[in-house]
Amino acid sequence: MTSSLSNLKVSLSPHQKQAKSSRFSLPWVVTISYLSFILLLPLAALITKSLTIGTGEFWRIATDPVALSAYEVTFVTALVAGLINGIMGTLIAWILVRYQFPGKKIIDAAIDIPFALPTSVAGLVLATVYSNNGWIGQLFAPMGIKIAFTRLGVFVAMLFISLPFIVRTLQPVLLELEPEIEQAAWSLGASDTQTFWKVILPPLIPPILTGTALGFSRAVGEYGSVVLVSSGIPFKDLIAPVLVFQKLEQYDYAGATVIGTVLLLVSLLLLLLINLLQQWSRRYAR
Amino acid sequence: MLAKLKISSILLPIALLYLALLLLIPAIAIFYEAFHQGFNVFLTSINQRDFWQATILTLIVTAITVPVNTVFGLCAAWVIGRNQFRGRTLLLSIIDLPFSISPVVAGLTIVLLYGKNGWLGDLLASLNLKILFAIPGIVLATAFVTLPFVAREVIPILEEIGEDQETAARTLGASDWQVFSRVTLPNIRWGLLYGVLLTNARAMGEFGAVSVVSGSILGKTATLPIFVEQAYKNYQAEAAFGAAAILASLGVLTLILKEILESKTKHT
Repeated sequence: MTSSLSNLKVSLSPHQKQAKSSRFSLPWVVTISYLSFILLLPLAALITKSLTIGTGEFWRIATDPVALSAYEVTFVTALVAGLINGIMGTLIAWILVRYQFPGKKIIDAAIDIPFALPTSVAGLVLATVYSNNGWIGQLFAPMGIKIAFTRLGVFVAMLFISLPFIVRTLQPVLLELEPEIEQAAWSLGASDTQTFWKVILPPLIPPILTGTALGFSRAVGEYGSVVLVSSGIPFKDLIAPVLVFQKLEQYDYAGATVIGTVLLLVSLLLLLLINLLQQWSRRYAR
Repeated sequence: MLAKLKISSILLPIALLYLALLLLIPAIAIFYEAFHQGFNVFLTSINQRDFWQATILTLIVTAITVPVNTVFGLCAAWVIGRNQFRGRTLLLSIIDLPFSISPVVAGLTIVLLYGKNGWLGDLLASLNLKILFAIPGIVLATAFVTLPFVAREVIPILEEIGEDQETAARTLGASDWQVFSRVTLPNIRWGLLYGVLLTNARAMGEFGAVSVVSGSILGKTATLPIFVEQAYKNYQAEAAFGAAAILASLGVLTLILKEILESKTKHT
């Protein structure tokens, strides 16, 4: 049965190829038209709108002091959050892959909480828990550290939403890493530190960087959780996505367009960087 | 041996403390805040017109977006997973774009296209069609941000199973639809469901993009996630946490279904 099938397949394959090369079959039409309608047309509207603003005016709005401070709060806070999660996420992924402890399955599932919660819910609960009289905020308040409604609140929200990216990027790589190699290193007389720096870490660097970049990219674009946990005051804790929203609320379409275009360009650059990092990871894996 | 001791005695508690502070305590706090005054307070706090309107709107938007994006996702997955052509990688990156674009920017693009001063603003006004601050705009914004999920999950499965079975069915005289419904669909079903689950979760929970295009008018254009924000801003913390607990329960349900689907996809 199977052999006769494969014979048929061989004899009919030229016909098959011809049928498949037709570009105007239904799935093609649906894919291209839907993509254009939902995604490309709106993006084109943003880009043409920003082109009509004019270079001088664009530059003036994009480098306005409020905008510059919003970029600084957004990018620096997201970068620090990404880097901290780069370290903590690696540690968590390592523990989840290599160690057995009670409640491990629940902890593993809990990593996806930030994916599963709407961002406004995340913002609401972070603002409550990290406020001065919240469960966690009250531990820091006596030290004079305010978290909610300050830049630290933005930081906590960015930590929250970017954590799953690094853990979920690293877990499959760690699963493939063979403990035998570490044991071989030890048995050859390498110390723990040598084993860590020379055997364990090198193949993990590309996925750690990929996960960190994914988390950073998500943190840069985050709006919902940050808008609830921060006060949105310029030069203090105003981030670029919230600035876009504020400008839209004031019917300042040119302003929103310019800041939005800057954010779009940054995300495209980050996407490119992430693709390069993923290619690097794949080459390392081979 | 020493390394093991170090990790389990120092690093494990650090990692667990970090997870507790960042994820677990906040997750528990949602339910505590919603229910600590008793189930009746929870019910009365959410039993208001604005909440029910937000629930209905969320269900309508999800009911439109999820099927439409599923059909698109299947088509896109077939185009990419079953064809080799120039620009394939580019098409894949374009489909992935919504993952990297800020939801606020996604909403902004829709405002600039359909808004009063937008490209299609005059045309829509003359046709008396309202897109922004109405259901169509919310659907468009939700469709934008949930676009990649189904295609993303189905493409790798299509590539992995290969074309042999489909080719066999076709040579036996099956039509395109028969090949799809009897051969391809059963093979990709768990991955497809996984993609639909993620689309559904994001569609019900999208906040940023919807916030920009909807105007967040309570009782009119507020979805559940926006109701949470608006109630909180209006000092109705109980109502905010009540709705938040419902959304969080849906999130927990999503995570459980996700675990189940993940174990299914590993078997095939």
